[in-house]
Amino acid sequence: MGDCQPIIPAVDIFLQQIFNGLTLGSIYALVALGYTMVYGIMGLINFAHGEVVMIGALTALATAKALLAAGVPPPLVLLLALLVATLVCMALGAAIERVAYRPLRNAPRLAPLITAIGVSIVLQQVAMLVWGRNYHSVPQLLPAGSYEILGAQITEVQLIIMAVAASTMLGLMQLVNRTRLGRAMRATSESPAIAALMGVDANRIIMLTFVIGSGLGALAGVMVSANYGIAHYHMGFLLGLKAFTAAVLGGIGNLAGAMVGGLLLGIIEALGAGYIGDLTGGVLGSNYQDVFAFFVLIVVLIFRPSGLMGEKVAERA
Amino acid sequence: MSPRHRAFAGTALIAIALAVLPLVVGNTLGNTWVRVLDYALLYIILALGLNIVVGFAGLLDLGYIAFYAVGAYLYALLASPHFGLHWPAWAILPLGALVAGFFGVLLGAPTLRLRGDYLAIVTLGFGEIIRIFLNNLNQPVNITNGPKGIARIDAIGVAGHPLAKPLEAFGVTFPGVTLYYYLFVLLAIAIVFVGIRLQDSRIGRAWVAIREDEIAAKACGINTRNVKLLAFAMGASFGGVAGGLFAGFQEFVSPESFGLLESIMVLCMVVLGGMGHIPGVILGGLLLTLLPEAFRYGAGPLQQAAFGRVLLDPESLRMLLFGIALILVMLYRPAGLWPEARHRREFAEKK
Amino acid sequence: MNSLLDARGIGKRFGGVQALKDVSLTIRAGEIYGLIGPNGAGKTTFFNVLTGLYAKDEGEVVFAGVPLKLGSPHEVARAGIARTFQNIRLFANMTALENVMVGRHLRTKVGVGGAVMRFSKAREEEAAIRRRAHELLRYVGVEHHAQKLAKNLAYGDQRRLEIARALATEPKLLALDEPAAGMNATETAELRTLIEGIRADGVTVLLIEHDVKLVMGLCDRVAVLDYGIKIAEDVPDVVKRDPQVVDAYLGAGHG
Repeated sequence: MGDCQPIIPAVDIFLQQIFNGLTLGSIYALVALGYTMVYGIMGLINFAHGEVVMIGALTALATAKALLAAGVPPPLVLLLALLVATLVCMALGAAIERVAYRPLRNAPRLAPLITAIGVSIVLQQVAMLVWGRNYHSVPQLLPAGSYEILGAQITEVQLIIMAVAASTMLGLMQLVNRTRLGRAMRATSESPAIAALMGVDANRIIMLTFVIGSGLGALAGVMVSANYGIAHYHMGFLLGLKAFTAAVLGGIGNLAGAMVGGLLLGIIEALGAGYIGDLTGGVLGSNYQDVFAFFVLIVVLIFRPSGLMGEKVAERA
Repeated sequence: MSPRHRAFAGTALIAIALAVLPLVVGNTLGNTWVRVLDYALLYIILALGLNIVVGFAGLLDLGYIAFYAVGAYLYALLASPHFGLHWPAWAILPLGALVAGFFGVLLGAPTLRLRGDYLAIVTLGFGEIIRIFLNNLNQPVNITNGPKGIARIDAIGVAGHPLAKPLEAFGVTFPGVTLYYYLFVLLAIAIVFVGIRLQDSRIGRAWVAIREDEIAAKACGINTRNVKLLAFAMGASFGGVAGGLFAGFQEFVSPESFGLLESIMVLCMVVLGGMGHIPGVILGGLLLTLLPEAFRYGAGPLQQAAFGRVLLDPESLRMLLFGIALILVMLYRPAGLWPEARHRREFAEKK
Repeated sequence: MNSLLDARGIGKRFGGVQALKDVSLTIRAGEIYGLIGPNGAGKTTFFNVLTGLYAKDEGEVVFAGVPLKLGSPHEVARAGIARTFQNIRLFANMTALENVMVGRHLRTKVGVGGAVMRFSKAREEEAAIRRRAHELLRYVGVEHHAQKLAKNLAYGDQRRLEIARALATEPKLLALDEPAAGMNATETAELRTLIEGIRADGVTVLLIEHDVKLVMGLCDRVAVLDYGIKIAEDVPDVVKRDPQVVDAYLGAGHG
C-alpha cells in the first residue's frame, strides 16, 4: 500500500476514522454500561452480558422480519422490534441474576464467574439452535442517507446511533444521580449491608441493575446489527469482550468511565485499523485491529491500575 | 500390613491400572478412545499448571492457553518442514518450558500488582494478542503460516522410535496412541509430583498465604511480587510443556486450538474439580474431556433411537449441556466436585 | 542512649487531609513503647507508614542504625520489624501451625529445586521451620490448637496466634496494633504477661492501644498523637499529667 503517501494523514480519511470510531465507541459504551453497573453494585464480571446483547439483536431481527411480513410500516416495525428485544433482554437479565448469581453471592469469587461462563455458553447454543449458524442480514429500517463533511462520509445510521446512545447515557446518569432508585443503587454498591439497614431492598436493587443493564444491551444489540447490517449467534462474544475492556479502561464500576472508555476504545480501534499499515511500513495490516483494544488496555492498566477514571483504592490495613 | 506397606501396595495397584488401562480401552472401545485419553492427559497437565496460578496463588488467569500456544508453536517451528528444522523432542520440550516460563514472567512482571479482576482481563487480553499474532504472522515474513497452521510436524521420538509408529514388544503390538499415552502418563505423574512437593513447602505456603491475605503475607516478609511471578512462571512452563506434547502428538498446530474458549475450559477443569486440590483438578480434567467426548459419540445415535431422527445437532447439544453443567455444579458445589478438606470445612460452616 | 528506631519528620497526607505531620520519635532497644491518641489521631497511619504498607510523603526512619526502606513491607519485615493488625489478619484457611510457618518464610531459603527434590538440606530446613513454629505456638499458649484452621480459633487465641506469626520472623521490634481490642479483663491481663515476657526475651515492643490503663501500666515510655501531631513523649507518669494530653482526650470527648 501507500509507500509515497504523505506523513501527515489526509483530513478526510482521518475524519472518516473518527466518525467510524465514535459510532463503534457509542455501541461499546452502551454495552460497557451493562458490565460496569453490575460490577459496581456487586463486584462481579457478568460474563454473559455479551450474549444478552446478541439475544437482543437476534430477537429484534426476528420480530422485525415477522412484522414486515405482516405489512406493518417500517418506522413502527423498528420501534416494536426494539421494544420486544428490550423486554426479552430485561427478562433474561432478571432470570440470569436470579438463577445464576443470587445463590452465589457469598460463594468464593470464582464461582459466579464460572456460572457466568456457563450462562453465556447456554445462551450461545440456544441462539444457535433457534437461529442457526448462518449470518442474517438485517432489513434496512433506518434512513440510508449520508452527509459529507470535509470529504468524510457520515451516514444517517451512524448519526442516529450516536444520538440515541448519547441520550440514553444522559438518561441513565439522571436516573442514577437524581432518583430514589439511583440513590439506592449507589448505596447498595457502597455497602449492601448498610443499605439494607437503611431500608433498601438489596435484592430488588441488584435485580433492577441487571434489568437496566440488559435493556441497554438490547439497544446496543439492535444498533450494532443496524450498523453492520448483519447479526449472528456468535456476535456477542467479541463485542462483549471489547465492551468489558472499555469498562475496565474507563475504570470499572464508574458510569462515566464506561462511556469514556467505550468512545476511546472505538476511536483507538478505528484509527489503529486505518493507520497501522502506514505506521509499521506495511508490516502489520488491519487484521491486527483487535490487538489494539487489548494492547491499549494492558498499557493503561500498567500505568493506571484502576483505569482512567477509577478511584484509587488504598489498601486497607 | 503396615501403613507403609499399604501405601506401597496402593501405589503399585494404581501403577498397574494406569499401565493396563489403554490396552483394555483400546481392545474394547477402540483406539479412538485411547486418543481421547491422551488428550485428557494433556488437559490434566494444563490444568495442573493453571492450578498453581489460580488454585495455589489465587491469581485469576484467563489467558493461560497462550503459554500452551507458545509451547506448541515452538515445537512446530523447531521440528517440521516449515523451517526445515528437525530438533529432537527432548531438546524442544525443556526449551518450551523455559520459553513459556519467560513469557509468563514477561506478562506477570508489569501486571501482577493489579487487583484480581483486572489481572483476569489483562491475561485474557494477552491470550487474545498471542492468538491474533499467530494468526497473522505469515507476512511479511512467514513465521507461523497464519490461519492455515503448521502441518507435518515431527512425531515425538523416544529412544529413536517415533511414538506415532506402532511398536512390537513382549509379543504385543502397541499402537501409537498407546505409546503416547505412556509418555503422557509419566509426565503427568512427574507434574503431580512436582505440584505436591511444591504445595507442601515453604513456597507453596507462601502462595496460599498470598491467596488468603496478601497484605498479611507482605507483613510476614514475603516478597509477594516475586512469589507471584514464580507461580506465573511455573504455571506457564507446565503449559509450555503440554503445548509441545500437543504439537508432537497432533503433528499439526493452528491458531484455532488456542482461543479463549480453551482457556476457559482449562479454568473450568480447575474450578469444577476443586481449586488448589490436585486430585480434584485431575478429576476436573478427566470429566471435562471424557464426558463431552462420550456425548459426541452417544448423542446422535441415542436421539436416532429415541426419536427416529437427530433433533438437535450433537455438537450444539454437547456445549449446551456443558454450560448447564457448569451452572449446576457451581450452584450446588461452589468449591468444586472434590475440594480440599479445608475448603469443604469452610463451606460446611457457611450454611 | 541506645536507640533502635528513629523516626524523623514523618508526614502523610490522604488527599487534602494531613494524617501525620512531622512526627518524630525514638524507640530505645529493649523498651515497651506506647503510642496512644484519640480516635483518628493517626496512630494506625503511623504504624502503616512505619511497616511499609503506606508510602510516606515526608521523613525517614533509621532502624538499628540503617535507613529503613519505607513503602516495601517485606523489606521492613526483613530489616526486623514485625507487626500485627488491629482487625486481625490471619491466613484464615491455613492451620495455626501453618500460619506461624509462613512467618518463617523470610528467614529460610529453600527454592523450587530444593522443595521438589527434597535434598537433605531442604528436609532439615522444613523440620526446623516446623519445630520453631511449634515452639512459638507453645510460647504464646495456643499449641493445643496447632492443627485447627486459624479462623476457627477463639478471638483471644487468634490475637496470640498473630503474635506468634510475627515473632516467627525474628523481629528486633514487634509492633502490636491494638492487641487488647475486644478482650475482657482476664484476657488483657494474660496479654500483658505475654508482652512483658516478649520484652524480657530481648524483643523491643511498640504498642498502639486504646486501653490507656494497659498502656500506662505496661509501657516504659509513651508518645501521644493528636490530629497527626505528636503532642507528648515521656514516661507514663509525666505524660498522664501533660495538660495537652489531658485536653486532647477530654476535649475530644474521650474518657
